Amino acid sequence: MSSYQQWVAFYTIVVKEIRRFTRIWPQTLLPPAITMTLYFVIFGNLVGRRIGDMGGFDYMQYIVPGLIMMSVIQNSYGNVVSSFFSTKFQHSIEEMLVSPMPNYVILTGFVVGGMARGMAVGLIVSILSLFFTDLSLQHFWITVSVVVMTSALFSLGGFLNALFARNFDDISIIPNFVLTPLTYLGGVFYSLDLLPDFWRAVTLVNPIVYMVNAFRYGVLGVSDVNVYASLGAILAFVVVFYALSLWLLNRGTGIRG
Amino acid sequence: MSALTIRNLKKTYGNGVEALKGIDLTVEQGDFFALLGPNGAGKSTTIGIISSLVNKTSGQVAILGHDLDRERALAKQKIGVVPQEFNFGQFEKVFDIVVTQAGFYGIPASVARQRAEKYLRQLGLWDKRTNQARTLSGGMKRRLMIARALVHEPDLLILDEPTAGVDIELRRSMWDFLTGLNEQGRTIILTTHYLEEAESLCRNIAIIDHGQIVENTDMKSLLEKLQVETFILDLARPVTAAPELSGFLVRLRDATTLEVEVPKTENLNRLFTELAEQNFQVMSMRNKSNRLEELFVRLVEQNLPGQAAKQEAAS
Repeated sequence: MSSYQQWVAFYTIVVKEIRRFTRIWPQTLLPPAITMTLYFVIFGNLVGRRIGDMGGFDYMQYIVPGLIMMSVIQNSYGNVVSSFFSTKFQHSIEEMLVSPMPNYVILTGFVVGGMARGMAVGLIVSILSLFFTDLSLQHFWITVSVVVMTSALFSLGGFLNALFARNFDDISIIPNFVLTPLTYLGGVFYSLDLLPDFWRAVTLVNPIVYMVNAFRYGVLGVSDVNVYASLGAILAFVVVFYALSLWLLNRGTGIRG
Repeated sequence: MSALTIRNLKKTYGNGVEALKGIDLTVEQGDFFALLGPNGAGKSTTIGIISSLVNKTSGQVAILGHDLDRERALAKQKIGVVPQEFNFGQFEKVFDIVVTQAGFYGIPASVARQRAEKYLRQLGLWDKRTNQARTLSGGMKRRLMIARALVHEPDLLILDEPTAGVDIELRRSMWDFLTGLNEQGRTIILTTHYLEEAESLCRNIAIIDHGQIVENTDMKSLLEKLQVETFILDLARPVTAAPELSGFLVRLRDATTLEVEVPKTENLNRLFTELAEQNFQVMSMRNKSNRLEELFVRLVEQNLPGQAAKQEAAS
């Protein structure tokens, strides 16, 4: 295939993915908007008033970046894992496998589709947060870089999950039992300074801590961890996950007999 | 250059099942070719390997001269596949399914839309273009898969049981459509359980069984191998016993129906003369089964492991 044909194929997958999650917006875009609004009202407003300051900001301001990041992570992952597994389940993956499109185009198309949903939800949640607090970006490019790389990383995670999944249970295990606890314990709702030394050390093993803090640095200008090390680590994970996904796709793992 | 060349193709699945035991097959350009075999014979595995959905264990496959290992993208560009199972997004619209498939082949949207309209109209699905695929009938879903397989205008079209579950009228119209495609120069490979379909459409045939090609020839030569044909005769008056006819094996199916095995060396005039001499009046006559079906059953039975052992013991 020529470069132009590959571009057309890539664009086709991305459009198909965006069309899918916008067609089923009550399942994809509406729930995070409602959930996050509830977080803003209950944790940020009602409970937050009693908590007072966190990291030098009022509690609402402090948790907004974390909640935006949580939305991006969950939706990027959720889009690719459900979309790619559905194509496997309905065998419509065969439409792509019989075509001359290279595997990296398939992978990149799904990942960009996942990023689109993650960032669309992130944008919706950001707009909703403006009803509850003021947000001003302290470091624009860091904010954008973190969102782009994090959504890419969790889209790749969703892709890997879907590749190995054999049934619908397999695509809910990791989001429910791994992703959600890591996100809640990833410094979304509290500063790591509140933790005793031991638990702080344990928390630093959680990769989501670095993403949440790097994003918070972009928005508020404060972070519990080194921001540039965080960006480097996220990028390294993206490269490793992409290479692993492509290798598995080329082998036909989970998709070819 | 052949449309399809397969050399010593083998496939052993992870569970140890040897689906293909080294098959060789050549399909010439412009042919209408039947690949037949009982369930589990290896037809779908062969098609899966040709269409890159199944990894082969060893052997070579070339599509219009493009080796599937060395020039996979070029080979894929030349082939269109209509699988046995419905394999499109059930919630997607008919038009979108065809246009999206064109996109996967790098065809720009404006061209894709024109071609989608052309093939959906030809297959009688244009009125359903905005319907979700899940709302279509079984026959419409099969036609949708044909439109989708044609949208990149492949030289070789492979159809795996395209008329399964399709009513007779629609089946006939699909035969006409496929014949038209073949007359325009497209090579077609067809698998089917309707042997009448293979006999009336295809010029060449391969029969695969237990992962091996047990017959590969042209349809005419194959049908000439049929040594005995069985006919059903409907009688004017009821009888109590089958007539004794020299050279023919006759059975009484019921009071007004005879089943007669006619060797290829005998002519039917003598059969009717002898029946008339014994006061049997024949009102109508038909083949017990399609000729290809008779041959197919015999070839497959010969290839049964138990049958082979029996033949070996007898010799």
